[in-house]
Amino acid sequence: MKEEIVIAGFGGQGVLSMGKILAYAGLMDNLEVTWMPSYGPEQRGGTANVTVILSDAPISSPVLDSYDTAVVLNQQSLDKFESKVKPGGTLIYDPSGIHRLPARTDITVVPVDAMTAAIELKNSKTYNMVLLGALLAKRPVVDIDAVVRGLRKTLPERHHHLIPLNEEALRKGMTLVG
Amino acid sequence: MEEVRLMKGNEAIAHAAIRYGCDGYFGYPITPQSEVLETLAELKPWETTGMVVLQAESELAAINMVLGGAATGKAVMTSSSSPGVSLKQEGISYLAASELPALIVNVMRGGPGLGTIQPSQGDYFQATKGGGHGDYHLIVLSPATVQEMTDFVGLGFDLAFKYRTPAMILADGVVGQMMEKVVLPEQRPRRTDEEVRRQCPWAACGRGGRDHRNVVTSLELDSAKMEVNNHRFQETYRRIEENEVRYQEYFTDDAEYLIVAFGSVARICLKAIEDARAAGIKIGLLRPITLWPFPSRRIAELAPRMRGILTVELNAGQMVEDVRLAAPGVDVFHFGRMGGMVPNPVEVLDALKQHFTELQ
Repeated sequence: MKEEIVIAGFGGQGVLSMGKILAYAGLMDNLEVTWMPSYGPEQRGGTANVTVILSDAPISSPVLDSYDTAVVLNQQSLDKFESKVKPGGTLIYDPSGIHRLPARTDITVVPVDAMTAAIELKNSKTYNMVLLGALLAKRPVVDIDAVVRGLRKTLPERHHHLIPLNEEALRKGMTLVG
Repeated sequence: MEEVRLMKGNEAIAHAAIRYGCDGYFGYPITPQSEVLETLAELKPWETTGMVVLQAESELAAINMVLGGAATGKAVMTSSSSPGVSLKQEGISYLAASELPALIVNVMRGGPGLGTIQPSQGDYFQATKGGGHGDYHLIVLSPATVQEMTDFVGLGFDLAFKYRTPAMILADGVVGQMMEKVVLPEQRPRRTDEEVRRQCPWAACGRGGRDHRNVVTSLELDSAKMEVNNHRFQETYRRIEENEVRYQEYFTDDAEYLIVAFGSVARICLKAIEDARAAGIKIGLLRPITLWPFPSRRIAELAPRMRGILTVELNAGQMVEDVRLAAPGVDVFHFGRMGGMVPNPVEVLDALKQHFTELQ
């Protein structure tokens, strides 16, 4: 098993954290993982992306030119990464603010209205966890339990009361995709 | 068995320094390595091992604090990124000339000048050919993984003390910023003053019962004596060249072409090679782990079997000069990206085919 994933969007959308949580879940499942952020002078509102690789064999390059799965959260990221999804791969996107829809027909394209779901959960910060749930529904590379164990391990104790809400967001995300 | 953790290369450096029993870190923040100092500040080793962590007022101050600490036989280090390491060069030359062990970490970013904050390997010449003034070398270690970022802290200190010369971890922004799995070494106690006195009889740590005063200096105004010092430094460098060359090879057994690359770039090349081999092209990889001393002898052994060699670097062509010196009579080409740009595996393969047209 090897899954090469890119997550891209605006700074502040939780792109890097989503990648980090996915990487920790991989660690929990004893997979090899790399997490490589674009670490430019990013700021809230600027663009940010992260490459996460999960594999049951040692990982060579942490830098890639094509991906099994792309999660894109704004138009720039869609424009940049749509062509870089491998044929047969998966493109997950948030349709809000998108004026040019994905055009590829050789990949699975999945719109996920994560912000509406996050608002229904009464916490817009669960946005990225909804998306992660949708990603894992389509590409079950790690299971939700591993994600929750990863959260428990990495979040400071004072934030542990938020874990049930995050788990709920993950499960809600899973129900949003067919 | 130590637990497997996930962390950035920069964070791993900080953890590894504490675990090694490092006595002092002196630094000044600069992207892309600020997490070294940040992680140390967060871990507060002064409350546990007694390690000093100090944010100096400048890079110059930091390297000279390292010089002072090292003169007393303590295991001390600093870290910075390219522009900051340029500022440290005077102190590094003084450390080398004073025959002091110390660890310097450079997480390289795009240059020249203030440049960018993205990954680069533009400081290869600076690190391996001197950098500061005078005839000296650093032992230069090139990590390709977060695990090596961890392991080379201990290795760097051990080699620095073994040969009484500064060692450098020459990393790039990719290994500094990426996270992957890592196992930290066991916590070692810091050396006691008694141990320092025994293991470093040259250290300026008080006369104690000695019949002479230890003086640590790089100044020697008598040219004849300074030449004697230089001969001694050179003799040390020859011993290091003889004993400490480290490298890693992949698929070289049946290779017809060789890629030479270091640090994170070696991993990008390895992926390109895996793809090329799937297409029936026999390429091997040599990854120098010590950039100085350089694995020239091994490259000279491999070169006659190769139809060509390509170096891939995040610079305009620096290590390629050392490869050409080691492989006379063989076509050695360079492919590089600069200014903070990082090639992907497909670009590496394209470069190979561009130089060796029979592969197209």
